[in-house]
Amino acid sequence: MIGAILIGLAGGTIAGLLGVGGGVLFVPGLVLFLKLGQHQAEATSLLAIVPVAIVGTLRQDHYGNVRRDDAVVMGGLSLAGAIAGVALANSLSGEALRIAFAALILFVAFELVRSTLRGAGEEPAGEERESP
Amino acid sequence: MQADRAVKLGTIGTAAGVFSGLFGVGGGSVMVPLLVLWLGYDSRRATATSLAAIVVIARFAAIVQATYGNVRVGDGILIGIPAVVGVLFGTWLQQRIRTREISLLFAALLVATAVELLVK
Repeated sequence: MIGAILIGLAGGTIAGLLGVGGGVLFVPGLVLFLKLGQHQAEATSLLAIVPVAIVGTLRQDHYGNVRRDDAVVMGGLSLAGAIAGVALANSLSGEALRIAFAALILFVAFELVRSTLRGAGEEPAGEERESP
Repeated sequence: MQADRAVKLGTIGTAAGVFSGLFGVGGGSVMVPLLVLWLGYDSRRATATSLAAIVVIARFAAIVQATYGNVRVGDGILIGIPAVVGVLFGTWLQQRIRTREISLLFAALLVATAVELLVK
């Protein structure tokens, strides 16, 4: 229980601080520290993302940065994709899915380094950037 | 809304849904660049609007995963609620410190995590 709370606190802090997604942190946290299988970790991460995204959206909407109509269309039309993505995940073995996920976080690390070296990491933030 | 705009948004949403369902993430890393490239968003609005879409996308994907019996509801809540506190603290901190070194350090941590997952 303490482990899960720490994963949430640490993952949320890094997500807010660096603008990376919470899921990228929740999934490995659940696999490596709470010993969940890759499928359970990913599914549980999705649930944990929801409150983070809600709070982030409220803040960003307050700054007028959210295009609500576009968000509604994107979200609404994501259902078929989500069904396909989850079906694909569940058709893979835990090991195959874990390797694919490792590739994803390598890509996220690469992008983070690229944007940081480009100077985005020092962007003085009048308004906030965040993305779970 | 124009038809071609709706088609682009639908395509982005579908791609984000696949990504979210497959990897257990929000799908922001798919949506943000496509909103910038296809619809001329600036990165701040793209990030903000993708966050709003993630509220719906992650929920859809979580519900579908639940039908496979994979969601640990207790752990999800124990992570999600403290994560809100963490995000608020992180964004507060981000206004006040240089994040450059932390970003690079965290990228190194991500690489180490990937290796850990690969050798597990």
